[in-house]
Amino acid sequence: MSADLALAIPEITLLLMACLVLVVDAFSRDPEHKISYWLTQASLLLTLSLVLSTHTPDTQVILDNSFISDSMSTILKAFICGITFVVFLYSFEYLKENKLVKGEYFVLGLFAVLGMMIMSSAYSLLSVYLGLELLSLSMYAMVAMNRESPAASEAAMKYFILGALASGMLLYGISMVYGLTGSIQLSVIADTVSSGAVNSSFVVFGMIFMIIGIAFKLGAAPFHMWVPDVYQGAPTSVTLFISTAPKLAAFAMAIRILVDGLLPLVEDWQAILAILAVLSMAIGNIVAISQTNIKRMLAYSTIAHVGFLFLGLIAGTESGFAGSMFYIISYAMMSMGAFGMIILLGRYEFEAENLEDFKGLSERSPWYAFIMMCLMFSMAGIPPFLGFWSKWFVLKELVSSGFVALAAIAVVFSIIGAYYYLRIIKLMYFDKPETMTAIKATKQMRVVLTANGLLIIVLGLLPNSLMSICIAAFQGI
Amino acid sequence: MTTTQLPLLSMLIWTPIIGGIWALIAGDRQEQTVKYFSLAVSVITFVFSVMLYLNFDTGTASMQFVEQVPWISAFDIQYYLGIDGIALPLILLTSFTTILVILAAWEVIEKHISYYMSAFLILTGLMNGVFAALDAILFYVFWEAMLIPMFIIIGIWGGPNRVYATIKFFLYTFLGSVFMLVAILYLYVKADSFEIEMMHSVPLSLLAQQFIFIAFFLAFAVKIPMWPVHTWLPDAHVEAPTGGSVVLAAIMLKMGGYGFLRFSLPVTPDASLYFDDFMIVLSLVAVVYIGFVALVQEDMKKLIAYSSISHMGFVTLGFFIPFSIVANTGQLSGAIMGVEGAMMQMISHGFISAAMFLCVGVMYDRLHSRMIKDYGGVVNSMPYFAAFMMLFAMANSGLPGTSGFVGEFLVILSSFQSSFWIAFFAAITLILGAAYTLWMYKRVIFGEVKREEVAELKDINGRETLILFLLAVTVLVFGLWPAPIFDVMHVTVENLINHSLQSKLL
Repeated sequence: MSADLALAIPEITLLLMACLVLVVDAFSRDPEHKISYWLTQASLLLTLSLVLSTHTPDTQVILDNSFISDSMSTILKAFICGITFVVFLYSFEYLKENKLVKGEYFVLGLFAVLGMMIMSSAYSLLSVYLGLELLSLSMYAMVAMNRESPAASEAAMKYFILGALASGMLLYGISMVYGLTGSIQLSVIADTVSSGAVNSSFVVFGMIFMIIGIAFKLGAAPFHMWVPDVYQGAPTSVTLFISTAPKLAAFAMAIRILVDGLLPLVEDWQAILAILAVLSMAIGNIVAISQTNIKRMLAYSTIAHVGFLFLGLIAGTESGFAGSMFYIISYAMMSMGAFGMIILLGRYEFEAENLEDFKGLSERSPWYAFIMMCLMFSMAGIPPFLGFWSKWFVLKELVSSGFVALAAIAVVFSIIGAYYYLRIIKLMYFDKPETMTAIKATKQMRVVLTANGLLIIVLGLLPNSLMSICIAAFQGI
Repeated sequence: MTTTQLPLLSMLIWTPIIGGIWALIAGDRQEQTVKYFSLAVSVITFVFSVMLYLNFDTGTASMQFVEQVPWISAFDIQYYLGIDGIALPLILLTSFTTILVILAAWEVIEKHISYYMSAFLILTGLMNGVFAALDAILFYVFWEAMLIPMFIIIGIWGGPNRVYATIKFFLYTFLGSVFMLVAILYLYVKADSFEIEMMHSVPLSLLAQQFIFIAFFLAFAVKIPMWPVHTWLPDAHVEAPTGGSVVLAAIMLKMGGYGFLRFSLPVTPDASLYFDDFMIVLSLVAVVYIGFVALVQEDMKKLIAYSSISHMGFVTLGFFIPFSIVANTGQLSGAIMGVEGAMMQMISHGFISAAMFLCVGVMYDRLHSRMIKDYGGVVNSMPYFAAFMMLFAMANSGLPGTSGFVGEFLVILSSFQSSFWIAFFAAITLILGAAYTLWMYKRVIFGEVKREEVAELKDINGRETLILFLLAVTVLVFGLWPAPIFDVMHVTVENLINHSLQSKLL
């Protein structure tokens, strides 16, 4: 193995482990696929430790300039592995309860993680695209995993068709930029564009298509149509997965393309992202109010959060990108908890997906109602929870870069957003329960959910460490 | 270690919060223990605040009991506490009111009393935090976090329309404060620090000041509340449980006033001057118009809520009259008197409105009605109660000898130096206040006993007597001898006025 490849050891290991899980699972007769599950979790932890141990402080580019190892990639990969690990903890409980455990779930999950890691480290448009497709194809299959459910099949079809369309857009944009700059390497593109050797308005034309691809993957309005249907139709464990780690990867893709590749055109993409951000915040927050299905409501809330995420990119500074990264990581943590709660309340053949199912939760289970309350206040951006700091960070960078009016628009939408989060708290605390069915959940589920809730509180009181990590990711680019 | 070296402010914030968390964990299983525990915590907190008062140096305007520890070092945000003469009386008021609220809930709250106690204790800690914070982000965190327990209190223990009221309360105040956040972030960019004192000294253009002033205005005017953004208050008061109303009226409204003094005046002095007339007119509208609105209320809690808005009009009048006085006469003494009168009005209103809400609570616990028409002749069955309520009603209408008089009198007196007409309209409150309070008192307490239930009312018990007695003493003491409060704040107010009258235009 050449010294070059040493930096890609985590990815290579994960690929081998994924294949191993696939083979082992084929010979496993256990209906609960315990071996595959534990192997999957072990490989995630192994990859996580390899990511951390192979990290070097200097930025290094290998594999013919298509793979980069820098602070951002290390940090994002570590969080992707860690978050996916927790997601699988939740998922396994859900799959067992609903008798949906299949070995392919874990294999596809691992391949998706591999795709995300490649996206985080991609340094050429080709590797961006390869990582993205590996992720997307795995996700399509995971959404359709429950064959019995028409809603899931419908969601998977929509996701696939729209996803393919978005990939097409992205490829078209890539081909435009390649045609103009003669390279798919991000650093070369950046140099060519800033040297003025090409007509930048043509590059902008290509860039718009790439931004459409990014906006689709993140679920930003007006390319958000798939989000509510997929969130609602997919099995909750898959929704949980889609709403967490892949967002980090999509963020990485945005940074790689827009910052590493097209920073010379910052003023152009700032304007485009501003429109996407305001539209996302408006559509997400306003439409969420009228939802009665909590998975759908959280889908619209995701759209609104993506709008906020864009605000950090618009700031266009290193700390602005760090703010966005902080935002997406904390969003993933909160989203994990919220979907975990839906899994907790569900039973075999019963999904607690209607808002009504949360009625009077404080009487049935004060502790989980409390955790859900913290999660909702956090998503609404009320201190002292983590979600406040993510909004704060992004707004601060926006104001520092002089976009005060945009910050004012953003806070107006966050007031609208507060309403539907408050409504869940109202249902849990101010309404009478309709059923007193005790909440039946395994010990593992309880521990993970409690830890998740406490994390939101602790990081809300002491956000310094996570902020410093995110700032470190962008030092010196 | 002497008392001055103790981290008293942190103790004032964290003792009730940690106590509240314990009460939350202990839960319903140990109701009795939790009740006594909460009372003990609130008394200890009050003792801390008295220690603060005893060790306070009235001769300086600089911050005292300062605690400064890095909190979020990545952005230089500090856990930075300290108080001056404006914050100290409000902290005393907060910890004092908490004892009353805990006592008032003793037998009355039937559902989840330990959570109720817990919510109030946590709320107390957060409110102390608002008054003690000297880092703008720390201030904002306390300011917003405070909404959570209040939201829960109104929503769980409130009246029939509580959900509407509490969501309105939350969204209204949230609406105001998010703009303040943007203004704070902007000031950070200019001052390169989140310390409030640094923001005081940063020079700003008039346009920037105007925008910042409006952002702060939205936050504080909603909170205090000023006409026309007051509509959340009557709803919240009517639906809130007695304790919630007391804390809302006695302390939360004061945060708006505190915010004006801590942020608006010193950070944007030129914009304050610019918007001076606007603020005075809004204040007078609150005093006069809301006074008339109070007159026609049929619900006692609503009446007191409107009376609070009208009294708060005096506070904002006192805060913004200095600019006009100095413009007219060039003298500082009148200006200082206005602000001090307004401060006094805030403290006194804290006691009086708490007392009035507790009185309504006493009646509500017995008859489960807040409507004036359901009562009449209460004096026949509850003579002691009637006597207490008489005193508070008089204080509410500003009778000399009660604390309600001092503040109103000073504000009216100082507004004469600005313009006769301002003073004239402000003084109308003396008539209106007496009219709505005493008319309500007459209809509720005197007259024939129209309903059997009223005739069978039991007079106040020992616990209720204790609460009302404590308040009666305070109202009379500060009415006859307000000097301790003035001593504490005089130097600070003088310094603030001097600072706010200096232009800091770029």
